[in-house]
Amino acid sequence: MHADPRGVLTGVHFIDGDHAACEGALAAGCRFVAGYPITPSTEVVERFASRIPTVGGVFIQMEDEIASSIAIQGAAWAGKKVMTVTSGPGLSLMMEHVGLAAITETPCVFVDVQRGGPSTGLPTLPAQADMMQVKWGSHGDYEVIALSPHSPQECFDLMIKAFNLAETYRVPVFFMMDEVVGHMTERVVIPPAEQIEVVERRWTRKPPGEYRPYDTDESLVPEMVKAGDGYRIHITGLTHDERGYPAMNPTAQDAMVRRICAKIRQHAEKLVDVRMDGVEGAEVVVVSYGITSRVAGAAVAEARRRGLKVGHLRLVIVWPFPARLVRELAPSLKAFVVPELNMGQMALEVERAAAGRTRTISVPHAGGTVHEPEAILEKILEAAR
Amino acid sequence: MSKTEIRVGGLGGQGVILSAQIIGKAASIYDDKEATLIQSFGPEARGSACSAQVTIDTETIGYPYVKNPDVLVVMSPDAYAQFIPTLKPGGWLLYEEDLITLDERVPQGVKAFGIPATRFAEELGRRLVLNIVMVGFFAGVTGLVSYEAITNAVKTSVPKGTEDLNLRALARGYEYGCELARNSSS
Amino acid sequence: MSATEAPGFKLGVDIDNPVMPYLRRDRIPHIWCPGCGIGTTVNCFARALTESGLNLDEVAIVSGIGCTGRVAGYLNLDSFHTTHGRAIPFATGLKLANPKLKVVVYSGDGDLFAIGGNHFVHAARRNMDIMVVCVNNFTYGMTGGQVAPTTPLGPTQTTMPYGNFENPFNLPFLADACGAVYVARWTVYHVKQLTRAMKEGLNKKGFVFIEALSPCPTLYSRRNRLGDGVDQVKYYKEKSVIKNDANTKDVALGFQSEIIVGKFVDRERPTWLEAMNEHLGRVLGERYTPYGVTHVED
Repeated sequence: MHADPRGVLTGVHFIDGDHAACEGALAAGCRFVAGYPITPSTEVVERFASRIPTVGGVFIQMEDEIASSIAIQGAAWAGKKVMTVTSGPGLSLMMEHVGLAAITETPCVFVDVQRGGPSTGLPTLPAQADMMQVKWGSHGDYEVIALSPHSPQECFDLMIKAFNLAETYRVPVFFMMDEVVGHMTERVVIPPAEQIEVVERRWTRKPPGEYRPYDTDESLVPEMVKAGDGYRIHITGLTHDERGYPAMNPTAQDAMVRRICAKIRQHAEKLVDVRMDGVEGAEVVVVSYGITSRVAGAAVAEARRRGLKVGHLRLVIVWPFPARLVRELAPSLKAFVVPELNMGQMALEVERAAAGRTRTISVPHAGGTVHEPEAILEKILEAAR
Repeated sequence: MSKTEIRVGGLGGQGVILSAQIIGKAASIYDDKEATLIQSFGPEARGSACSAQVTIDTETIGYPYVKNPDVLVVMSPDAYAQFIPTLKPGGWLLYEEDLITLDERVPQGVKAFGIPATRFAEELGRRLVLNIVMVGFFAGVTGLVSYEAITNAVKTSVPKGTEDLNLRALARGYEYGCELARNSSS
Repeated sequence: MSATEAPGFKLGVDIDNPVMPYLRRDRIPHIWCPGCGIGTTVNCFARALTESGLNLDEVAIVSGIGCTGRVAGYLNLDSFHTTHGRAIPFATGLKLANPKLKVVVYSGDGDLFAIGGNHFVHAARRNMDIMVVCVNNFTYGMTGGQVAPTTPLGPTQTTMPYGNFENPFNLPFLADACGAVYVARWTVYHVKQLTRAMKEGLNKKGFVFIEALSPCPTLYSRRNRLGDGVDQVKYYKEKSVIKNDANTKDVALGFQSEIIVGKFVDRERPTWLEAMNEHLGRVLGERYTPYGVTHVED
């Protein structure tokens, strides 16, 4: 179905990524945001707070990130599309409720405008060092989806996709921005509402009595109801059975954990979203995401000017990782080169998928700024030798 | 025209970011080019060093950072001191001439254009519009954005009710800039 | 209720327990110990629901973690068993996203006031329109009897093996100071009064706080040589003094001390949503889209 025009600011804008992300959420139908101020993400909620009164919905600034990350889940179970917004230190506090969203299968979007860490680190400067945290940060086994926009335009476009995926798969979806993408201003084109496809929640058609909250079909994604509709549901963060009732035994645990992992893993190929540039016939492929992909692009262009066959693979959806694609590319390459604003996080994933079929050269950077294109170029040259 | 890199620097409170925003908006929305804006600011809102990087291109911009600008626009002595060594030899320097005194640090072949922007702004009635005078000056000297585009960008960027004043400030800077550019090329 | 009576749950005569329609039959037996008072509060709550006249399809209950945290799981309402300490912010989201719901938070003293203390303070300050029932048994039951923010000075707990030397909260005073519009304390001896307080709370707009003192025979009473659950209820009976409108400053509890019970606070204050609608309506005028007022679309 199409976006609700009340939330769509159709037109051509010159705005930064934080503002564009907020507009994307509004266009996607997000009508409830709970958040807590933290640099460099605050502009997202500031804009939402100023826009939502005329669109129709709620923003509430909660007492901390722990509260924000569960208030949105209450709102999701009352029927709203929801989001919270934070940066590293806040994301660490939210991890408890990433797990709750995973086990209760609550559709929600977590925006992380990444800054340098650990701890308070570099509040106003970029990093991409939360990539593994969003994959593994909460305890237990579960799967998530994470997207990484590289421009304000993508902050808008991919935010709609993030909400659509959250509704489709009923998982926490992470929107992995960084300080540069968040604070960089560029042209953002917002199309008319009727050109924006939004996914509605998969509401059950079963009557109360027949409906069981965690019954699934082959999609492995259960249908949903909301509080107040007469279904008298029970939802718990304990291991539960199809009725939603606590069932603390190995059989129930096995069925539940396998399903919440499989519902993403079995759709992993469908979820691959990459941009490939000159990958075919390349000797070296640079794998990048987010702001680093723009810097890497400059290095790739320079390497090509010098006559090297270099491809560029940009991850738009970072989790689930496009492992098959990387595995299939590997044998024909001299190496993958993986620049990122961390000490080598997704490089581990590239290396895992390549499984010894080619080399993986990490180009780490502790954050605070972006790579010099020359630093990436140097590794491309090294890889091509 | 291929890629042009611009650095705008001054003090927080001078409207540095807004002036860069207007230049970028004029190029990317009203002149049909590509533009990126990256701003850096200290934690203080007022009085600290403040600068913005604008890149304008006819093609998609990959790398959005400005290391060695083609055009440097400075409104304070600190910004001049900080950024003048980065200006490309042969580049353009646009500066507030009542606040900044040029010295031997100006790279070779740089074309320097000074404007008493603060004084012009005061003559127009509000010292605050100094940044818009500089924006007009930028358009007049460099021709990187059309006057129509910059006018539209100013109109849609300044607070409601201040459009007239700002457009007069823009025109003042623009005319002064065009005149200096004519004189320098003749 | 007790574990031995399930399933089927007849009382010996051929009538259902009147509380039964409010419970999830298929979840009985419950986990609570013999002599525990949580079940008594649930009885009171079920009766209060009947008397409140509310449409039960529009009542949601939210619990945190702990023995009282299990209440949500036994009630036949839309029920949410969340994370430790976070029932209130979950309830906040639930209420704001669908204002026609009556949202009740039902949890224990450790959950609401130690790990969840900050959320309680802020929800009361905002006058979030939810009712919070705190079953206060002075201890962490589910984890085995550790000191709680409500444990009086003196008694032994597993993490205060030589007796508690930490000052406890005076919960009604805290709720009052933070801005709750309704504050009451009763014990599981006072079933009629507790039921009435719950009914009043269900029909009250704004942040309602009800403290229900309840025995934990297994981990609090026995460990401190206070006998079993019945002995604790006797204590409630003998040492309780009803003082409606008492100054909440004066209702702090000591070890086996006098217990001041009653309805301490009942006042009016705009709820968070009312304040938002009133304020934004005034400031933004026609441009404002009133929220959750008529509620046609949801």
